[in-house]
Amino acid sequence: MASKPRTLYEKIWADHVVERRDDGTCLIYIDRHLVHEVTSPQAFEGLRNSGRTVRRPDLTLAVPDHNLPTTARVDENGARLPIADPQSAGQLEALERNTAEFGIDYFGATAPEQGIVHVVGPEQGFTLPGMTLVCGDSHTAAHGALGALAFGIGTSEVEHVLATQTLLLSQSKTMEVRVEGSLGFGVSAKDVILAIIGRIGAGGGTGHVIEYTGDVIRGLSVEGRLTVSNMSIEGGARAGLIAPDQTTFDYIRGRPMAPQGDAWAWAVDYWKTLPSDPGAVYDRTVKLDASDIAPCVTWGNSPDDVVPITGVVPDPDSFADPAKRDAARRSLDYMGLAPGTAMQDIGIENIFIGSCTNSRIEDLRAAAAVLNGRRVADTVRQALIVPGSGLVKRQAEAEGLDRIFTEAGFEWREPGCSMCLAMNPDKVPAGERCASTSNRNFVGRQGPGARTHLLSPAMAAAAAVTGRLSDVRDLMGE
Amino acid sequence: MDAVTHVEGRAYPWGAENIDTDIIIPAHWLKTTTREGLGKGAFESVRAKPGNVFDDPEYAGSPILIAGDNFGCGSSREHAAWALGDMGVKAVIAPGFSDIFSGNAFKNGIVTVVLPQAAVDRLIEVAKTDEISIDLETMTVTTPFQDRFTFTLDPFRRECLMQGLDEIGITLAKDTAISNYENAVGKSRPWIKRESGNESITV
Ligand code: SF4
Repeated sequence: MASKPRTLYEKIWADHVVERRDDGTCLIYIDRHLVHEVTSPQAFEGLRNSGRTVRRPDLTLAVPDHNLPTTARVDENGARLPIADPQSAGQLEALERNTAEFGIDYFGATAPEQGIVHVVGPEQGFTLPGMTLVCGDSHTAAHGALGALAFGIGTSEVEHVLATQTLLLSQSKTMEVRVEGSLGFGVSAKDVILAIIGRIGAGGGTGHVIEYTGDVIRGLSVEGRLTVSNMSIEGGARAGLIAPDQTTFDYIRGRPMAPQGDAWAWAVDYWKTLPSDPGAVYDRTVKLDASDIAPCVTWGNSPDDVVPITGVVPDPDSFADPAKRDAARRSLDYMGLAPGTAMQDIGIENIFIGSCTNSRIEDLRAAAAVLNGRRVADTVRQALIVPGSGLVKRQAEAEGLDRIFTEAGFEWREPGCSMCLAMNPDKVPAGERCASTSNRNFVGRQGPGARTHLLSPAMAAAAAVTGRLSDVRDLMGE
Repeated sequence: MDAVTHVEGRAYPWGAENIDTDIIIPAHWLKTTTREGLGKGAFESVRAKPGNVFDDPEYAGSPILIAGDNFGCGSSREHAAWALGDMGVKAVIAPGFSDIFSGNAFKNGIVTVVLPQAAVDRLIEVAKTDEISIDLETMTVTTPFQDRFTFTLDPFRRECLMQGLDEIGITLAKDTAISNYENAVGKSRPWIKRESGNESITV
């Protein structure tokens, strides 16, 4: 008798069980661990205090990104520039000290490979299909784009993984999000995931791991898939997954940390066994039709506050759920918006193109296509492009994209998280609006009092040019 | 970790829904390298408004927080749990929690109690004037008014909380099982192993 059809999630889970407990929770082996400066110092301190070591330094990779300034890091002579904020400098020093002490590979602040953890992992071939991967950051879900079971963990879990290379977990439910059809002109991976979150709600995926399926997902590049899987957490799911296929293998092949030679062929054979079996059952399935997806933008403080750019700010009274009505009222108050305002009438003073959601080369190319030969509107006070890694930055410079950006009036920065969470000096001033390619529009996320509108890189570029939220399709001649 | 069997006292009767980790502890408080002292930054944006529940002397130092659904959504920052712990909160009652937050809370000895909305609404009423009691042994929340709400807890988490067990210590005791797993994977999926100290890795 053939064995029961299994989902991708169930296969990865089964291959990582070290021990199953009576209550059903499992000790799960962790294949890859990414570490950054903000959520790790207390974990290393914990190890030191209890005299423990790092079990598998070889499966661990560290890189600073969250609060590293994105201004120049070395002077004309190549000497490192100091970090002004003593606390940020302290976290960076702690990471340098901890990785040296515990023997962990480290891309330092001035290394060419430095970048946002979730950009660096896939780019280096550190992230591979069928693996379990964790990091003390909730957008670790991004790595699911390569078919890795990847999720964010807290600092105590970081310490647990460092010490034991395992985590005690209970199995999640599965949710299939199927997107079929073909995407319209000007509609990007970011619009797909915003539309999905708008549909399932910010808590819709709680307790589930989402697997994205359907021909729209299959047709996305790995970079587009990373954008989709990245925001699984905004839909409440701890992880997202996309089955590895030829697109994935072509992306990984030849990357510095990817398997080579015989190991490569062996790995690919294994990866081909991973996609969900025909007839595998998900606990829930949600279907979206790609032709219903327009370029999207958020209006409120929850990532499910999504409307098409052609839409208007909704009336809180139009929500049936009283809690949602209250939340919408609070959001409109914070965002300084009136119901019924056309989204395209909303003026924007800040533009941020970056974050682990949208800072890869394809994102920068999409923005450059809109900005080429154009200028940032006079009413825009701050326009930042922050590449996701040093390698993305160099690639963009090789393609001449940096000149397009600077000639348009953008600042071209060093890689890091930057204005995604405003831990470093990159902030949106209180009361001002930001068209942002990041992933969270929470109250104060981009700085105290900052008002965030989430959108795609092309849409952010369009807003930069017109000084208001705009339909990129109008600027791209269709 | 200190053992927790019982949490009793006044409670912040808050009830707000979808409280994300940026509200619990804003990002600019995350630059610390220790676990202590974050209570000062807890709920900073809420406290900026006059008349907020956290600065009401009536509830100062309450060991219990009553919140709305989806508490602790957003980021994985454990600073949210540290901040709550630092302000003296030992238990949070809500209709639902984000998965990551409840895990982080548990690891810091903070009990997350899930109760239906109707029970939470009732407890908010009681909390305005009276104390609330949470018992892990019987898994019940009670009030001085004969209210009695039962809840469930993951058995492993309950045991760790009640005995103050260190989870890493428990797992390290499974060293043989972990080594056996590593040896098996070394044969079936050898590419998992990585050459550490890659030449291109520089500081
Ligand atoms: S870019 Fe933003 S979401 Fe991504 S890792 Fe950095 S802070 Fe987290």
